[in-house]
Amino acid sequence: MLKFFLTRVSLLVPTFLGVTVVAFAFIRLIPGDPIEVLVGERGIDPERHARLLAEYGYDKPLWEQYLVYLGDLLQGDLGKSIVTKKPVIGEFLTLFPATVELSLCAIVFAVLLGLPAGILAGVRRGSVFDHGVMTFSLAGYSMPIFWWGPLLIFLFSGVLGWTPVSGRISLMFFFDDVTGFMLIDSLLSGQDGAFGSAVSHLILPTIVLATIPLAVIARQTRSAMLEVLSEDYVRTARAKGLPPWRIIGLHALRNALIPVITVIGLQVGVLLAGAILTETIFSWPGIGKWMVDSIFRRDYPSVQGGLLMIALIVMLVNLTVDLLYGLINPRIRHTR
Amino acid sequence: MTATVDPSATARPAPERSPLAEVLVEFWHYFAENKGAVAGLIVVVALILVAVFADVLAPYAPHEQFRDHLLQPPAWQEGGSWAFPLGTDPVGRDMLSRIIHGSRYSLFIGCFVVGIALVAGVTLGLVAGYFRGAVETVIMRVMDIILAFPSLLLALVLVAIFGPSLINAMIAIALVLQPHFVRLTRAAVITEASKDYVTASRVAGAGRFRMMFITILPNCMAPLIVQATLSFSTAILDAAALGFLGMGAQPPTPEWGTLLADARDLILRAWWAMTFPGLAILITVLAFNLMGDGLRDALDPKLKRS
Repeated sequence: MLKFFLTRVSLLVPTFLGVTVVAFAFIRLIPGDPIEVLVGERGIDPERHARLLAEYGYDKPLWEQYLVYLGDLLQGDLGKSIVTKKPVIGEFLTLFPATVELSLCAIVFAVLLGLPAGILAGVRRGSVFDHGVMTFSLAGYSMPIFWWGPLLIFLFSGVLGWTPVSGRISLMFFFDDVTGFMLIDSLLSGQDGAFGSAVSHLILPTIVLATIPLAVIARQTRSAMLEVLSEDYVRTARAKGLPPWRIIGLHALRNALIPVITVIGLQVGVLLAGAILTETIFSWPGIGKWMVDSIFRRDYPSVQGGLLMIALIVMLVNLTVDLLYGLINPRIRHTR
Repeated sequence: MTATVDPSATARPAPERSPLAEVLVEFWHYFAENKGAVAGLIVVVALILVAVFADVLAPYAPHEQFRDHLLQPPAWQEGGSWAFPLGTDPVGRDMLSRIIHGSRYSLFIGCFVVGIALVAGVTLGLVAGYFRGAVETVIMRVMDIILAFPSLLLALVLVAIFGPSLINAMIAIALVLQPHFVRLTRAAVITEASKDYVTASRVAGAGRFRMMFITILPNCMAPLIVQATLSFSTAILDAAALGFLGMGAQPPTPEWGTLLADARDLILRAWWAMTFPGLAILITVLAFNLMGDGLRDALDPKLKRS
């Protein structure tokens, strides 16, 4: 197991270095040199330009600049935002909990709904329910969520007036960040109705962000279930006369869940990409909206830092899923 | 959709048929079994026809403005008229005409993106799978790096560097889609390269290019065709997402994602301006996904007998 662990981690090192090269190259690929990019459209006189180039080390050879960048990076320095002049890493960490909260709600929602739907569809193969689940999951999988979100806003906020249109909590409530998670902070604040307001702001973004993972999880669970149900040990269990719920719940489900866990892990990348659109639609103050805003504000250091951090998170989650997979499925860890 | 299974196809193919026709008949037999796939195919064919004959089908030109009919609701709602069946946008352009013309953009985006991703991905995958060693390691590690980023984010950042436009958006999406083709091709080539017919071809003195492109590649096509179809829907969806974020096609282009971006602030006032372009995207993407699923079932020999 230790060997398996070390191999997987060591495989990540070149990819991580590659990701840093991409992030490093990003700011240098924009037309104009980095100082011109930093000052923007105001312009700058040549003397000051040369001085700034030297000050930021942009006059050094590229490989030296890269090493400096990498060194800063390993100390947690992602540079400063052009717009707010604050360290990028700080901004990222302030906004990150909002994205985590939304993503967690979405994945929990997707699993709670997708897993039972997939299991039942697999067990009752060919039934009306099965066809229904497959139709819905195919539609969900093809859904343009940047259309789905506004449509739900129109229906539930516009016509029915049930949910708020945007933000994380009503402006009537104000309290300090303790954990950064609005659901917890609103409870801690002890203010009447704060928690309810936070929940009502979460509902629509959660549904929108969960749509694609939900479809994928339901589909994957169904096909894993179908595969497992045709295995010999399930037939043996049936022949022994075990009750159906025991066969499905104990024998089949445990093995069917293995590939499903991988799929759930892979949804993290999907969630972070989906967060870009969902947070923009609902004005959710997380890193997805921050990335889009930074791109529009030409705040390139923020874009660069965000790009790196998001890739890093996706890599770490994929690694965790990989390791978990090896832990629950010995066949994986002993090949190679 | 009436009888989709041709009875002659289920019978044994007649002996005088050419091998290609036989393959096609067998393929159609498996493909037609999947009703969803056939429905997808019908929608895709209809879409191609709409795109080709957009000038004839659309009641008006996509940019023509009717100043007396700003934000007119669809025909069946109060205040609507059959002159503008799906209503008009804030500057009085006919929604139906814009959506019909938008189909051209979506199909073009799909063809362009999948074309580039396919050619680049297959070439890199062939090279990696055929030469192995250091070349393979370098190519595959670079692909790993691209796959470490969420695709939409990477496309968004690439467009931010090169400037928002449809062509840059398409290139960016092609770049983030091609690692999938590289991986598939490489895996297929490695499997095929160890087979006898490849050895025979080598013994017969075939050159590298002949080996790669004429001997091996045609036998790796099945998974690539499926991936290409599914990538088509991803390309359309991602391009529309970039258009929606203002980083793809720019107004007044009647690209569907851009139409959504235009109508975003109107959602509570004019539901039709947002609903119909989105529906067009959903139906198109759904059709390509259905077709891709059907192709996978028909082309994958492992699943054929299940």
